[in-house]
Amino acid sequence: MSTLNITIAVALLVSISAAAQESPGLGRPVTAAEIEALDFTIQPDGDGLPDGSGTAMQGALVYQSHCLACHGPEGQEGVNDRLSGGHGSLTTSTPVKTVGSFWPYATTVFDYVRRAMPYQTPGVLSNDELYSVTAYLLFVNDIIEENAVMSAQTLPEVVMPNRDNFVWAYPPRD
Amino acid sequence: MIDTDELPAAGNGLLDRRVFLRAGFLGGAALMTAKASAVERAAWMKNPGEGMSESGAPSAHESHLVRAPIGSQRGTTGSGASRSPLQFLDGIITPSRLHFERHHSGIPDIDPAQHKLTIHGLVDRPLSFDVDALARYPTVSRIQFLECSGNSGAALAPEPVQGNCAQLHGLVAASEWGGVPLSVLLDECGVNPAGKWIVADGADAAMMSRSVPMDKIMDDAIVALYQNGERLRPSNGYPMRLFLPGWEGNACVKWLRTIKVLDQPAMTKDETSKYSDLQDDGVAKLFSFPMGVKSVITSPSPGLSMQGAGIYQISGIAWSGTGRIRRVEISADRGQSWADAALDEHVLPKSLTRFRSAWKWSGGPAVILSRATDEDGRVQPSREAVLTGRSSAAFYHYNGIQAWAVGEDGEINNVYA
Repeated sequence: MSTLNITIAVALLVSISAAAQESPGLGRPVTAAEIEALDFTIQPDGDGLPDGSGTAMQGALVYQSHCLACHGPEGQEGVNDRLSGGHGSLTTSTPVKTVGSFWPYATTVFDYVRRAMPYQTPGVLSNDELYSVTAYLLFVNDIIEENAVMSAQTLPEVVMPNRDNFVWAYPPRD
Repeated sequence: MIDTDELPAAGNGLLDRRVFLRAGFLGGAALMTAKASAVERAAWMKNPGEGMSESGAPSAHESHLVRAPIGSQRGTTGSGASRSPLQFLDGIITPSRLHFERHHSGIPDIDPAQHKLTIHGLVDRPLSFDVDALARYPTVSRIQFLECSGNSGAALAPEPVQGNCAQLHGLVAASEWGGVPLSVLLDECGVNPAGKWIVADGADAAMMSRSVPMDKIMDDAIVALYQNGERLRPSNGYPMRLFLPGWEGNACVKWLRTIKVLDQPAMTKDETSKYSDLQDDGVAKLFSFPMGVKSVITSPSPGLSMQGAGIYQISGIAWSGTGRIRRVEISADRGQSWADAALDEHVLPKSLTRFRSAWKWSGGPAVILSRATDEDGRVQPSREAVLTGRSSAAFYHYNGIQAWAVGEDGEINNVYA
């Protein structure tokens, strides 16, 4: 079989395989650099966390500039979601779900703030500011020390107080 | 006229469900007198009406047909919900303009020419698909419901909240959703055997993000492009959204921009701190995706006053996140006795099913309820059963039986039966 015939045979096989999946095969390959630019995913093991670092002391300033107006002093008594306190309240008749009392993973705080906050101008915080304000929220919830440096290495090591109080409803168990 | 006294089905005036199907029922009298009147023309019959238009709009007399009430977090206009006016709708399709909304940072104004879906992570070939490419893929189209898992959360209040059907249950709607099976796109990318979950991101300012197990994705998930025959409305994810039939609306990420294949869930804010179910022992359940079997009587319902004793149609919607509705029972005596409602023709899986019963209201106080059963035998629970074991902060997946109290004055109120 000539090289040309082999090429045709391979092409036919590819097209038959594509037809079996009923897929026009129009996906465009993307490069690693393109993926890096669009992938915001951060996982509890720290996968996806960017470079940078910060402490609660630095984060207090970020919080005052960007968060205080909606979330109140130290994450309480703001017009929007309460972010601190409520520890030990989950089994009472008035549970208070906050970052400190409820959230299972510290990485989720960084991930969410990077995606969605500040509400009016998401995306304005630098990585250092994101680590700092995450550290501040952990500090006001008595989870880390004020001078603890949060980074891609240390943030996944933070054990949230309520981490073990979650079960999975899926897959379903009848 | 049929003697309705011969067709009792259950207590306090519930009639046989076939009563509206009998020939001649309520019909003949008007015909007998028609010729006694002189011919007349109504005002709108005296001249030609308006011409054609490129896009239709409801009658000016239907201005009450709006998504109301709208609520947003303080200081925001796009971080909240608007609600479908169930009390004014019939059938099973929700008009697209009245489909409820639940957004986390407003509706992005997306240029479809610049938007694409990128699939990456644990795949052999990361690929991106623009809107025109996806429109060339084989499309599946199904009539299915979408329900916010926070729907009916008002029922958690210790005392019944007074409001209409939209306020109390209006975070559910059904549409004909058309799009590309996500399995086709993932097969094209080649999923690594370790890929057991995906995490989907939206292109809104909050970059809403949820993890979904791979078996659901490969079963019936679609990248929806169409809603009720037209491209998605911006408020429903234009130009593309994830649609997971029967599963909580929050996971059906709108304005879908990326899908990353993972070996485990990403544990995003919405799936951990928000859309999880806290129990009274302090343990919270994650990933309670399917919406439970549920029904609500939409007419009569609060705001739709009764117009004196007589025959009424009781009508409503029933749905189950795991399959078809098999049966809907109605009670007009606070659950003392029940009778089967008639189901409309289209009884589809993971869709709304319209039910109807005939009721002879005596003019006295009555409490009407509906109770749905799905094809797997799951029965809609009582409010008490739903709340058992739940924390007072548990807000999601409420599917308890709704009771409406009809007063002697014809007013209808929300009650706990």
